[in-house]
Amino acid sequence: MRNIDAKGHVTGQSLYVDDLPTWEGTLYGVVFYATVAHATLQQLDTSRARALPGVIDILTAKDIPGENQIGGILPDEELFASNEVHFQGQPIGLIVATSEAIAKKARQLISVDYQEKEVITDPRDAQTKGRLIFPPRTFSMGNTKQAWAACAYTVQGRADVNGQEHLYIETQGAYAYPMENGHIKISSSTQGPTAVQRTTARVLGVPMHTIEVDVVRLGGGFGGKEDQATPWAVMAALAAQKWSAPVKLILHRMDDMRMTGKRHPYSADYKLGLSSDLKMIAYEVVFYQNAGAAADLSPAVMERTLFHATNAYYIPNVVATAYSCKTNLPPNTAFRGFGGPQGMFVIEAAIAHAAHTLQVPKEKIQEANLLVKGNSFPYGQKITDNGLKTAWQQMQEKFALEDVKKSIVAYNQTHSTTKKGYALMPICFGISFTKTPMNQARALVHIYSDGSVGISTGAVEMGQGVNTKMIQVAAHVFDLPAHYIKLETTNTTRVANTSPTAASATADLNGKALEKACKTLLTRLKTCAANHLQTQPQNISLKQGQVWIKDKATAMDWSQLIEHAFLDRICLTENGHYATPVIHYNKTQEKGHPFAYHVMGLALTEVTVDCLRGTYHFDAVKIVHDFGKSMNMHVDRGQIEGGLVQGMGWMTLEELRYDPEGKLLSNSLSTYKVPDVYSAPEHIYIMSLPTQSTEMALLKSKAVGEPPLMYGIGAYFAIEHAISAFNPSYVPIQNAPFTHEKVLLSLYETGV
Amino acid sequence: MIAFILNNSEVQLNKPGGYLLVDAIRYHFKLKGTKLGCREGDCGACTVLIGQHENGEVHYKQATSCLTPIANIAGKHVVTIEGLAMQELSPVQQALVEESGTQCGFCTPGFVMSLSNYSLSETHPSAAKAKTAIDGNICRCTGYKSIERAASHITKLLENKDANNSMEWLIEHKFIPAWFSSIPKRLKQLPQHQHTLTNAIVVGGGTDLYVQQPDKLEETPVNPLSQLSELNYIKADNNVCRLGAAVTVSNLLESETFNQLFPTLWPHLKLVSSTPIRNMATLAGNLVNASPIGDLTAFLMALDAHIVLSDSAKTKTIPLKQFYKGYKQLDKLDRELITEIFFTLPDKDTHFNFEKISKRIHLDIASVNTAISIRVADNIITQVHLSAGGIGPTPAYLSNTVKYLTGKVLAPATIKAANNVLQNEISPISDVRGQETYKRLLVRQLFYAHFITLFPKTFTLPQLI
Repeated sequence: MRNIDAKGHVTGQSLYVDDLPTWEGTLYGVVFYATVAHATLQQLDTSRARALPGVIDILTAKDIPGENQIGGILPDEELFASNEVHFQGQPIGLIVATSEAIAKKARQLISVDYQEKEVITDPRDAQTKGRLIFPPRTFSMGNTKQAWAACAYTVQGRADVNGQEHLYIETQGAYAYPMENGHIKISSSTQGPTAVQRTTARVLGVPMHTIEVDVVRLGGGFGGKEDQATPWAVMAALAAQKWSAPVKLILHRMDDMRMTGKRHPYSADYKLGLSSDLKMIAYEVVFYQNAGAAADLSPAVMERTLFHATNAYYIPNVVATAYSCKTNLPPNTAFRGFGGPQGMFVIEAAIAHAAHTLQVPKEKIQEANLLVKGNSFPYGQKITDNGLKTAWQQMQEKFALEDVKKSIVAYNQTHSTTKKGYALMPICFGISFTKTPMNQARALVHIYSDGSVGISTGAVEMGQGVNTKMIQVAAHVFDLPAHYIKLETTNTTRVANTSPTAASATADLNGKALEKACKTLLTRLKTCAANHLQTQPQNISLKQGQVWIKDKATAMDWSQLIEHAFLDRICLTENGHYATPVIHYNKTQEKGHPFAYHVMGLALTEVTVDCLRGTYHFDAVKIVHDFGKSMNMHVDRGQIEGGLVQGMGWMTLEELRYDPEGKLLSNSLSTYKVPDVYSAPEHIYIMSLPTQSTEMALLKSKAVGEPPLMYGIGAYFAIEHAISAFNPSYVPIQNAPFTHEKVLLSLYETGV
Repeated sequence: MIAFILNNSEVQLNKPGGYLLVDAIRYHFKLKGTKLGCREGDCGACTVLIGQHENGEVHYKQATSCLTPIANIAGKHVVTIEGLAMQELSPVQQALVEESGTQCGFCTPGFVMSLSNYSLSETHPSAAKAKTAIDGNICRCTGYKSIERAASHITKLLENKDANNSMEWLIEHKFIPAWFSSIPKRLKQLPQHQHTLTNAIVVGGGTDLYVQQPDKLEETPVNPLSQLSELNYIKADNNVCRLGAAVTVSNLLESETFNQLFPTLWPHLKLVSSTPIRNMATLAGNLVNASPIGDLTAFLMALDAHIVLSDSAKTKTIPLKQFYKGYKQLDKLDRELITEIFFTLPDKDTHFNFEKISKRIHLDIASVNTAISIRVADNIITQVHLSAGGIGPTPAYLSNTVKYLTGKVLAPATIKAANNVLQNEISPISDVRGQETYKRLLVRQLFYAHFITLFPKTFTLPQLI
């Protein structure tokens, strides 16, 4: 089944927030923000701006009737800075005007005096000065202190990995309309409708039931709209509440880039010990997470870095510590992989370091240490199958790994200006929100009296195809053609208390809830049919819109059955609730079983580096991926390809730059470059890992949103491999992304 | 009042000429299929087609509506995604659906428009041309492979296109609605706009000006350089090539004359921005923008081009290499307008090369760019012009290096020694496009790349490093 939205997308009929019809009397909001990264607000003069015709109001902290607080995990972030600003781009107020152009003009007329304070942008600097978001955490297993003595080799060093701008093509935005009795409806481009509802209620000082949040779809999210879609919706609602008028707030791209957080940059110190047969025996790592100026989702992101610190490898002795460091940058936030990719990059860098020191191919160390069934992660959960070993074998058998390696060696012997390189990148990613209570979801199913079906879930469609999968679930349970089923918008009045669409788990959670609701309805309908057909319910089945008794079709079709059920006064609406079983986690011990299951896979990345110009081109990426039993290969393949290229972008050309004063330099699409059609690998080959899958996955189809991003990490090490072929004295720089600049400087370490 | 055809309707718009087409489409005409992603021509979500009469036929080009002032579309046909609506999906739309070439969908209308323009305009469809057609469209979801697969289906269909009756064939095969055939006649019936220069600001393609000062320009009238057809010509006679100020990068690419002069023109100009921006950006705009890393500025400077500046009273000619006086400072009065760029035609012993490196190879601003034209006789460098951008406050003509090279033997030792001269006449600074040490190294490498590319028998990389 193709994505159900595809037709709307290609005809331009799909609606996003800024496409919704404009209500009469709509006002427009433009955010007024700090231009210094750390300062006390001395004086705010809005008088000239207020005098501009068309300006209705300028809302600041003092206009907030409720609490000036938007922090989700920790209450440490104001909606509007009241006394102090902590990053450049921090909102101070909202200009409300009759047009966006007027509001933008008014913004130029506001003046602020700042009493500037020390600006910190480096996480290590922040850690040294004790500026932490919350206390550090440590995951450990075995005893590294004893293990070092048993190591034949040890390497230690530092690895740095930069952040990443989400660059959803649709910028952040919301549209709030006042309803009767002070109620407010918000159309928001958010991955977390409940977060928008809860925070709006908190700031406006009203109960949650007065706020309705509706999401049609997102023009991309990638984690950037999990927590950080909230402030804009709250601001629009605040103005709508005060002025009893519809208020639209769509961020201009440069405002979006300067005001919102990104993937966290990390710095890390590692020490890795190996035996003489290349088994990794001990690993110690300290992560310095650049959290930015407020907690946002950093605690959870940091936790996942620790969960994935050993990636796909078994290391018996591990100590992994992480600091969430408070700096004067926009609060960094969720981004596909959620801290996992950074942890994985560091262990891969440590392995590359060891391989370089021992002069062995990196993949030899990787292969020797893959997790096998029964191995424990440092957090206590055990791996339940040999998927990684199988993936490695498949890479040999199906993608002729040895031949690829030989042909690259041969190429490099005969070419002096260009060199080829390759890298293998195994992944092992845990599926579930690591905060156990978030692993719950609900779905509401209505069967209308004409037999058509309407479904609401807590899942937000942002391109990942979750709505398509939801329709497949209902179509599967009822055995109906898909056109009988409609997926409704995601709305807090139909499905309440939702977890955000995140953690790759949304299809699993909402799909399972939906499956339960549909099955309950099916049971009722079978009973109804049995009554009318004078048989037992267990003899009844539904096949392609027809009622069957055992192996014979009856004359009763779906719509007749529904009509009977309605006249029999049988409830044709059902709410399904699902809470992931089995999972638990003890934060005091840092042990438990946090994940429903793991997704595994292996990627082989092949690159050609132009050693004259310092550029690169990816020839191919070959992937063996653990889909479980994919319920929709069209959707899932898109997730693999898209996640891979996004991860490659992070590792290669996407370079986030701030100056020492905390000003974002890569502040637009002309200075922050994401992959274009030419940057994508020439070929992406994907094959499915043969697997038994798991009942924990929706219809045994494993989660696919985040894991493929981490295949992109192979791009970094493939480039490094090619550089070594040109410059044998190259020492790994351990600093992602591998920009053209770093490539050229690594090819010619002595400079001009 | 600006009159044009929007999809299948004759429309008039009472807005200043500087008002942006995307705002007209989305917020005046309420056509919400055209999306806004960046307002700087870098994402392509707002891509539309613009059709105009050329040599008796209507030709379509894709453009980013976020950088197009409405003054530039007076008398033209603008096609948005809504203009492709038919009973069924077009083959372009169908291919994207079939190949799952759309995920979140926000960039999709832009891709549909680019691939539709490819269908309308491409006379030699191929996988490479299809890729070029979408080089100005960013997708953050798919990783592009599904879109490429869709594009290859379209290419296969287009191989059967009747080159002589392209429009009829496309209508018959439902690439475009039937009413497209009425557009040539209807365009002629539109009120004619008389374009005369006023005191308003001159805008070429708008591709840089609207990135810098969109809010101000949206409220003002503008002088649309691109509408002055008398400034759009490419001529080569009497040993001189003359280019009108309004010539776009795409015009160069389409020009037989220019392709004969520069057989490797496409590989060079492929590095300049993207298809929609190349369709819009003018030569004069690139020169007056005075960006230290203007690609065409470096290109033309290495041809020792001259520019003609005119005001209402008189004209003057100056060498391009003397045009830049400092960062964004020109040897030009405000009232003067570049009307022409000309250069002496290179002879058969003259070789030309252009090199550019940026963070992303395509659709990006250079870290360093450089161009060379070099004449060699009996292995002696008899004449050379060398330019570079990104190495100082202005685009630079590297006169010391030129002086050093002239008369020398074409050999690795000469080039290595010339690099020392070169390094002494550049002053790159560290910025978002690279630190100084990188830019110096990069200039050396690209300088060497000129020689390795032009004289592969004489120069190899190992000999030079």
